[in-house]
Amino acid sequence: GPLSERRLMDVRLGELPAWLATCDFSPQGLLGGVQKAWSNYYDKYINVKRGGPAGISMLLAGYCLLSYGWNYQHISKISFLVSV
Amino acid sequence: VLHSTRTLHATQQCLAPLPPLPEKGGEVRYGLIPEEFFQFLYPKTGVTGPYMLGTGLLLYFLSKEIYVINHETVAAACILSVIIYGVKKYGSDVAAFADKLNEEKVAKALAVKNEAIKDLETAIEQEKKEQWRVEGRNYLFDAKRNNIAMLLETNYRERLLMVYNEVKKRLDYQVAMQNLKRQKEQDHMIQWVEKNVIQSITPQQQKESVAKCILDLKALSKSAQAAV
Repeated sequence: GPLSERRLMDVRLGELPAWLATCDFSPQGLLGGVQKAWSNYYDKYINVKRGGPAGISMLLAGYCLLSYGWNYQHISKISFLVSV
Repeated sequence: VLHSTRTLHATQQCLAPLPPLPEKGGEVRYGLIPEEFFQFLYPKTGVTGPYMLGTGLLLYFLSKEIYVINHETVAAACILSVIIYGVKKYGSDVAAFADKLNEEKVAKALAVKNEAIKDLETAIEQEKKEQWRVEGRNYLFDAKRNNIAMLLETNYRERLLMVYNEVKKRLDYQVAMQNLKRQKEQDHMIQWVEKNVIQSITPQQQKESVAKCILDLKALSKSAQAAV
């Protein structure tokens, strides 16, 4: 189908800039994108009859990685490494 | 005018009945990495590709000190081991408990639905019975008509009787009046006749009648003596 309606996984590598250009980067667009991503994730891994640990474990892992990335500057300082 | 060419509910999502929830979530390997990632790399690198990628990335991060080993690494390792042990040991029990809760919820909703259906069915039966009863209206109205006719009849007869009694009373009165009048006239005439007769008896006639009576008596006594 047309470029703007395809999902990210179906876009070829060469078409990536064009696909990014069709994205909606206004605040409402970003918010809508975040909502869509969350609802997709929720419907796939959490809102099921017999889910397992996978639903929240992925969220926790993502949170760990994100917080590590935010605190990397502070962690990698020598003063921090020596103090413990 | 209904436009028959208009498509109804063609594009909009229909909210009821809701589609049932999927049974299982998306496949996730080792609880962290979705299956799609492995499938994504399978055509190019086969089965061991993602694992090689993971190992390589890990060693790269460690060697380049992008991931710094500090006290938090030890803490994370202990926490992870405890979590994995807990999940492995009690996972199935918790899952069974959650399933039971779900079952109860669904059973309650089903019970409500069945209750509602039963109530509606009994309502339908009662409605049908009422409709059957309505057919008996005719008999009811016939009985009522008979009642009213009887009432009218009795009322009419009562009034007829009353009329008859009243007329008879009046006629009896007239008859009694006539009788009384005739009787009074009779009595009065008899009295008047007697009075006049008694008045007309003069003393002369009285003497003569007395002498005649005596003579008769003597004759009678003579004949009586002779008989004895």
